[in-house]
Amino acid sequence: MSFINYSSREINCKLVYYGPGLCGKTTNLQFVYKKTNPDQKGKLISLATETERTLFFDFLPLALGEIKGFKVRFHLYTVPGQVFYAASRKLILKGVDGVVFVSDSQIERMEANIESLEDLRINLAEQGYDLDKLPFTIQHNKRDLPNVAPIDEMNKLLNPNGVPWFEAIATQGTGVFETLKDVGKQVLVELKKNY
Amino acid sequence: MNTDLVMYEDEFKKIDEELQRLNQQANAKITFLVDKNGQLIASAGDTHDLDTTALASLTAGNIAATGGIARLLGEKEFSILFHEGERDNIHISLIAQRVILVVIFDQRSSLGLVRLRVKKSSEVLTKIFEDMVAKAEAEKDAGLDDSPFAEISDEDIDNLFK
Repeated sequence: MSFINYSSREINCKLVYYGPGLCGKTTNLQFVYKKTNPDQKGKLISLATETERTLFFDFLPLALGEIKGFKVRFHLYTVPGQVFYAASRKLILKGVDGVVFVSDSQIERMEANIESLEDLRINLAEQGYDLDKLPFTIQHNKRDLPNVAPIDEMNKLLNPNGVPWFEAIATQGTGVFETLKDVGKQVLVELKKNY
Repeated sequence: MNTDLVMYEDEFKKIDEELQRLNQQANAKITFLVDKNGQLIASAGDTHDLDTTALASLTAGNIAATGGIARLLGEKEFSILFHEGERDNIHISLIAQRVILVVIFDQRSSLGLVRLRVKKSSEVLTKIFEDMVAKAEAEKDAGLDDSPFAEISDEDIDNLFK
């Protein structure tokens, strides 16, 4: 649910990074934060535990530039990935305009990926959204690790509908901006359709 | 419920005026209005040194978490939250079940005064937002198509991501 302000000529859109625990959602935001100009970004807010696991959410506001005289802002959120934070996860999805699903490419995390994707679908449905109708991009992360599943297999399992997907190594920044750009474009195209 | 929030100059002026009035009458430091999804709508008072974007997002998170607790307890919502600090206090209230009104005040004001003024302003703001939603729906039904977004080209979008 984007917020269009004709008075200050701004469009604000909400993007949510979803995925199983330790898949690299926060790392994505940290890389984006590190690599954007200071005048384009706000503070990166992390509500994390003492061991740096996301407790509620991370938040990063990004100003991209202008379209037709309107400032375009993206608010990037992550959800807490750990299973027992289910209640908090639901709350973050409120008013979402676009979703990135970050998967963990390690073979032993495949079940966690599937479970998290299912959880995403259910939580969105509870808020009245259909994942198949939302701007949606998948990022297969941690491609640098030795025990990763073949990319074809990952897509078969997690991306049966063939939405845009990217391979990533978020710690090094590979694929991070490609993912963000893709979902951002989808959100704006959606906005264009609705008005 | 899942419609986009669209705000035009007229409504913004009315909202802004009401917030200024509330900020003054409640003797508050800062007063602002946030969409339930965490987007700042308007603010009054001395917001100069404050990261209002982050504040807006955290406030919405706060309301969302409290709403979650309320539902677990079988309450519809907790419509007022109050946080007391050593210097500053924050009074947060839900308006028209859609927007969040936040008042930050110190010892120059009091909780009683803030509550009283917030209650009065809530009625005014509720009316403004109801009108705003009605207007947006009427325009959508009428199919008024002077939106600048209809003309967004793929090139515009590409340019944004260079």
